[in-house]
Formats: sequence, C-alpha cells, structure tokens
Amino acid sequence: MAEEKKLFKVTIDNITIEVEPGTSILNAARKIGGDVAPPAMCYYTKLKGSGGKCRTCLVEVAAGSTADPRPMPKLVASCRTNVMDGMIVKNITSEKVIDARNGVVEFLLINHPLDCPICDQAGECSLQDLSYEHGKEATRYEFKRRTFEKHDMGPFIQLHMTRCILCYRCVFAADQLTDKREHGILDRGDHSEIATYIQKSLDHDFIGNIIDVCPVGALTDRTFRFKNRVWFLKPEDAHRDCPKCNGKVTLWYRGDEVFRVTARKDQWGEVQDWICNECRFEKKKTADWVIEGPTKISRHSVISANHYVGMEVPKETLPDVMGGRKPKLLMNIHSVSEVNRPGIDLSKIEGPAHSTDFVEAKNGS
Amino acid sequence: MGRKLLLEKAHVEGIRTYEVYRREGGYRSVEKALKTMTPDQITDEVKKSGLRGRGGAGFPTGMKWSFIAKPEGVPRHLVCNADESEPGTFKDRYLMEFLPHLLIEGLIVSSFALGSNVTYIYIRGEYAWIVDILEQAIAEAKQNGWLGNNILGTGFNCEIYVHRGAGAYICGEETALLESLEGKRGNPRIKPPFPAVKGAWDRPTVVNNVETLAAVVPIINIGAEEYAKIGIGKSTGTKLISACGNINKPGVYEIDMTISVEDFIYSDEYCGGIPNGKKLKACIPGGSSVPILPANLLLKTVKGETRIMNYESLSDGGFAKGSMMGSGGFIVLDEDQCVVRNTLTLARFYRHESCGQCSPCREGTGWMEKILKNIEYGKGKSSDIDLLWDIQRKIEGNTICPLGDAAAWPVAAAIRHFRDEFEWHVANPLESQKRNFGLAHYADPLESVTA
Repeated sequence: MAEEKKLFKVTIDNITIEVEPGTSILNAARKIGGDVAPPAMCYYTKLKGSGGKCRTCLVEVAAGSTADPRPMPKLVASCRTNVMDGMIVKNITSEKVIDARNGVVEFLLINHPLDCPICDQAGECSLQDLSYEHGKEATRYEFKRRTFEKHDMGPFIQLHMTRCILCYRCVFAADQLTDKREHGILDRGDHSEIATYIQKSLDHDFIGNIIDVCPVGALTDRTFRFKNRVWFLKPEDAHRDCPKCNGKVTLWYRGDEVFRVTARKDQWGEVQDWICNECRFEKKKTADWVIEGPTKISRHSVISANHYVGMEVPKETLPDVMGGRKPKLLMNIHSVSEVNRPGIDLSKIEGPAHSTDFVEAKNGS
Repeated sequence: MGRKLLLEKAHVEGIRTYEVYRREGGYRSVEKALKTMTPDQITDEVKKSGLRGRGGAGFPTGMKWSFIAKPEGVPRHLVCNADESEPGTFKDRYLMEFLPHLLIEGLIVSSFALGSNVTYIYIRGEYAWIVDILEQAIAEAKQNGWLGNNILGTGFNCEIYVHRGAGAYICGEETALLESLEGKRGNPRIKPPFPAVKGAWDRPTVVNNVETLAAVVPIINIGAEEYAKIGIGKSTGTKLISACGNINKPGVYEIDMTISVEDFIYSDEYCGGIPNGKKLKACIPGGSSVPILPANLLLKTVKGETRIMNYESLSDGGFAKGSMMGSGGFIVLDEDQCVVRNTLTLARFYRHESCGQCSPCREGTGWMEKILKNIEYGKGKSSDIDLLWDIQRKIEGNTICPLGDAAAWPVAAAIRHFRDEFEWHVANPLESQKRNFGLAHYADPLESVTA
C-alpha cells in the first residue's frame, strides 16, 4: 500500500488548512486566498531562489509547530519560510505585521517617482496595488528622489531604472530562462541598479518574459509603450502553434486591433507559461491566433472596468478570520444623523430614487 | 595585570617568522590535538572552555561547531572571517599582522576538529599587505609539514587558502562572505538553511572570526578548564579590545574580562585616560553597530553596579540601558564630540555599505542619513527626531541580515540617550554650527533606582 502523505496543519489568521510539507507560509495562505494571502513583490513561484527581499510578505509566527510551540522572535518572510505541523501564523490579525508592512511600503515608495500618470504599468502594477492596500496616503520623505537615465535594452525592452524596486525577479528570470544572463545588479545599497554594464541589448528568445515578471514599470515593452492604457484594452485568451513555446497568451485588444501580447497570468499576477519573443512581439494580428475567449479578470482590477464578462468575484475571507463574526461598523451614522433618512429604504423604491421620494416620505410620515 | 594568552609573544623580535614562532612554543597545540585527541574531543574541549565568538554576536563556538552537518561523502569547510570592517575594530588586523602563525595554528587545529581539508581565510580587501604576511606564513607552515598531505603522519590533509574581498563591509556577514567566496555578488543569504548545513558550495561550513580561531590554540595548550577559569561567568578567556577615539593610548589590548570599564579607560596600563584633561562624554563599547552609552550609564549599570568589560555586564540593562560587547571596537568620545555628528557619520557608513537587497535597509539607511544631515547642519525640524525613531524601528528586525539592525541601533541609542542634544541642534540651528552641545548632564550620577 502506498504510504499516505502526512499533511501539515497550519493556522493562518484563525483559518486552519492542511498543506503538504515543504509548502511556504505564503503559498499556504494563497490556498486560503483573499485578504489572508500576504502581498509579494519579489517572490515568484516559477523562479527558483526568488523571494525574501522585498519584505512585504512579513508575517508573525505565533507558534512554531506542535512540537516546538515557541513563537519566532522576529517577523519572518512568509515566501521563504516553510510551514510546520501545528504552526500558527498571524498576518492581518497581527498589529506588528500591519505596522511593519506599512513601513516597507513607505520605504519602497520614497525613491519611486510616482509617475503613474505617464507609466505604462499603471493599472496592472503590483506597487500601485500594494500602496493602495497597505500604504499611507502621504509620504514623510522630503528629499530629492533617486533618478537614473532610461536605457533601451535592445529593440524590445526599455529599462526605466528610476521605477525599479530591486526585486531581482528579472535577474532570476534571465538566469533560468536563458543560457547566458546579460544583465544584473551593479553597485550596491540605494545606488544599486539593474544594468548590462555597457549598454548591451538583450536578445535571447525568451528575454521578453522579464517584462512580465517586473512588478513595476521598470521594464516595459517597447512595442507597446505609450500606445494605450491597459484599462482601455480588452484581454482575450488565445493560442497558436509555436515551435518555441506553448503559444498560450493573452491578447490585449482595443476594437479589432491587438495592442500587445503577454503571457497568461494567474490571480497572483504570476505568469502561467513563459512565452517566446516571437509570440510576444511579432504576432500582433488576430489572424495569427486562435481566440479562446475573454480573460478572467479580478473584479478589483481596474482592467475590469467597462468589461462585463469574465469578471471574478474576489474571495471574502474576513468573516472566517474573525471566527464567523461579520466586520462591525465603527459607527452607525443613522444613530447620530438624520441626513440619510433611515426611515426610507432605498431598495424598496421602484426605479431610481428622486428627491421627491424623500419629500413625499417626509410628508407621509 | 591580566593574563595574556594571545598577545603574550606579540613583541618577541621576529615572531612573524616560523623559526622564532616555533622556538617560542608555537604549533604545540597542533601536535597535541592531532596526535592525542579526536575531532570530537577538540570540539568538546572548546565547548567546555566557554569560548564565545569574537566577531560580534558572541555565540558559543563549541556549540556552533557541533551543529555542523556531517553527511557522507560531502566535504566540509572551515572559513576564517578576516573581513574586519566594523568602524572602530582593528584587533584582527593586529593579530594577523604580528602573529600570523597563531592564526594558522588555530586554523589547523580547528580544521582537524571540523574535518575541513580545504580551509579559507576570507580577508578584507583593504588588508592587502596582510595577505602577503599570511601567505608567507602558510608557505612556511607547509614547508615544515604543518599543512599539506598527511600532517604529522596522522593521515589528515589540510590546505589553507587566502581569499581577498573587494572592499565591502557586508561581506563580513557570514552568508554574504560565502557568496563572495563562491565568486558571486556578496548578498546575504536567507536563513535557514544555515551555513552549518549548507554553506560554501552547499557544503557544511563553519565561519569563525580570526580571534575566535586563534583562541583555540591556548584552549588546547592549557586545557579548557584552565581557560574557563579566566574571566567571569559566561565570559571566559581573554578578549582583544581595539581602543580608539579620545584616549591617550589607542591600540589593541588583551583583557581578561574582569576589568571595569572605568579602569580600562583611565588606567595607564590600558587607554591611559582622556587627553588634555577633557571629560568622558560617551562611549561605543563594541564597534560602531552597538548602542552608544553616555558616561553615566557606561561606568555604572542602571542598578548602580560597576560595569565590567565583558559580555554580560556590558549588555546589562538591555538595549534601553545597556550596550553590547560586540567585536570589541572601543570608541571613546570626550566632551568636545558631537553625538549628532557621530551618528551622522555612522549612518553614512551604513547607507554606503548596505547591499541593497532588501527594501527597509536599502531605502531606510539613506533616508536616515539625509535627515541626520539636516539636523547636523541646522536644517532639522523637531518632528525629524520622531521620524528618525520611527524609521529605525521599521528597519530593525525586518531585514534579511543583521546589517539592518546594525544601522538602526546606533541611531536608536543616540536618540534614546542624547535626545536633548538632537533637540538643541534643532532649536539652535545657528549656534549649533559654531559650538558643540558639550558634556551637559551626560556624566551626572544616575538617580539611584529604588527597588
């Protein structure tokens, strides 16, 4: 009889699940989904060795395991810490984590140019999402921000180092997808930069994937730059017979025109299958592709604006985190104000409400 | 005068050469260890001696050795960390420069204990001339049969190679050192796995400081029990202290960890007091990363006991009221020194040396430096002090390696103990450019704490 695999029981934010040994805390939390999954800027499931650098996925381990229930003294990077049987992890239920994550977001943003209005990544940028969800509204940084010159790394890729958050994903991608990596990190500390030393062009068949793995707008597709905003585009899944890759892509349409081709991404923003440069940069006609249908887009994403098909409702985990209780309103405005006319149930009014509805209701009451 | 174990022979004429070193009793420990002891016995001996890592963290060395994984057929390595780059620390330089054979001797014994046939000395790039000294010593040791194949007919083979760093403080962190040794960019690794399991080239590796490995020699020579008798409590043996700053006799001193901090600064045998009759204002007792202490907290602990130069006493009171032994870089500041200026200098150093791998350290160190620069040059705001505190708090403990902590602690301690000096800088922007805050109340006796 085949030996049954022992599963590890892990509790994250009061939700217990069973995962296989060797799973990281981050991946266990992603299995639960929703708000319980810590954000990750540098970790990338497909890239071996990635993670641990950005520190946004820090979590508190309140109990190490059943065998050794001591808490871990420091917050740990959930992407690089494996679960143990009986581990208790606090993510959004830990004030320490929220505070540390707040700090990390602030650190990531102090030297970021915040040029979202002119950045091609806007709308699908992990840093935008991160700062929206975990950051503060204002910065305390009052100094000149670090800037770099823009570089063209070959005909397809432009490097805008000023926006880079040094997640090292593109370095790992080039290491693992190509036979010879030609770019890397030069210098150190806050002046370190992604570069090719002497401006070389990157021209490996799969190098285009570094655009997809970049969480910010530091590496952009030169064939798409400034052509369109992503939220005006309609993503469609498509495939073709490609001798180099498996040809499964997402086409980004506006009207009948294909503006760009990217790899398909999962709900965590990670590429499902790497695609080759030919599929990505050279096949921009509908005739090149077999269309499968609209891509599923999270309802939270700005890309879902104006699209009514293929929207995914995000998972709601908060009631589970709170042990079945619903989040409580901090203050019920009706108890202190009559402005909203609590006596009138808007849902019972037929059609759109008009001011007259309120007048009548007032008179009637 | 305390007993000397390491620097006893440092002033013998020609001790740098093999002949003189051997004549003075050198390499006895290798004979004793290889011929009469097993590797496990040596590890036990080091454990019993209570020797703690001299590189800064003070982790028990014997314990570290016993953690090394011993999988079949996988070579193990010993790496000597000679990347001494902490501002204020220069004890290893002295040791390697004057007693290179002592280090080589310690390395051979330790390599035997750990089963390392290829041992590396990773030396700071700026110590270019010491590389020549060490290589000379290695060649001499090899000529005389202390290195190479079948040492002393025991069947144990060992080679020592010197590897030069390229001038990065971060490569003193053990996993960054291993990355650099492997020829990669010196970024610290994420732990676990620890080097004892997966170190250099994924092989089990022990990384020890120069002084730690040199201290193995007297432990083997005089025996662990004799060694453990020196010192107090868990601070056994002797420690090298590199004293610098405003003192009459800067230099490297070997202490037996029973001397009080006050005696160390003022006695003629050691630092010889502060020049020009100035008063003591503050001191960083263990290299630039450890918290700075004002004079009153330095000489006496918060309980009113005399502070002794050892691991426990210096850290008495925790980070709020104490400091750390660290790597033994003893920096003394007299009443003319400005703590804001000093903190800025340290912040600039850590900004420059951060590897840039993880965000809090990469961005936070630069931010702290900029704010401190403003305060120092009379452009600070009072909110800046709280902001600095908040930044250091968000760096500390949230980074991959201890450099983040090392950058945060000096700033935290300076604000904790010298907040009025920072506030004075902010409140008197013009005056602060012309004169120093001075001694103020930092040497006043502490109010006795009623239990």
